[in-house]
Amino acid sequence: MIDFLKGALVIAGALFMLLASLGLLRLPDLLTRMHATTKAATLGVILIMLAAAMHFAEPSIIARAFAIIVFILMTAPVAAHVIGRAGYFVGSKLWSGTVKDELRPNYDPLTHELKSGMETQENAKRQPRETDPD
Amino acid sequence: MDTVILISQVIMSLALILSFVRVVRGPSLPDRVVALELFSTTVVGLVGVYAIKTNVPIFLDAAIVIALMGFLAAIGFARFLERGGPRDD
Repeated sequence: MIDFLKGALVIAGALFMLLASLGLLRLPDLLTRMHATTKAATLGVILIMLAAAMHFAEPSIIARAFAIIVFILMTAPVAAHVIGRAGYFVGSKLWSGTVKDELRPNYDPLTHELKSGMETQENAKRQPRETDPD
Repeated sequence: MDTVILISQVIMSLALILSFVRVVRGPSLPDRVVALELFSTTVVGLVGVYAIKTNVPIFLDAAIVIALMGFLAAIGFARFLERGGPRDD
């Protein structure tokens, strides 16, 4: 029974990784590619580590496997966010079918200034502060 | 169990090859960084499967280190890209 479960988990994890790389290869632009790889590959690693925990079935090894799972779950979104942000900043092109890009009208790529979209002429003025260097 | 392990290793090698195609084809540097991150994640999975196959649990420590390295590489590349400013590759 546990052998069957292990085999199913390993195969499912490997298939999810294949799915992630297929998405990476087939999707049209940076952000859609990232959406394919981050989630599917994370799920693949989680399934394989669950299989490893079931295979060894010792408390220290199970703790190690769960440490890998928690680590991947915490780092994958951070890495995806940072790469997506950098990709947008360096001006990677979006897919031609993109419906909405909320940053485009409000963000200036040269000065890194971000507007809230609710500014008037008056409150957009720069107020000097005491801590400013001269 | 050995056949299942072999099949999963073949599938993951195929995934490595496909993501390597994306590393070669580009078209821009952020795409390559994403592909390399998927590469390191797939290698973590391969190491886990190898630990099951050989019955040696120490390999899971190597998996932890590889995952850490992939994360740090992604962060470093992103910092490098942001410092560089707009680019048109």
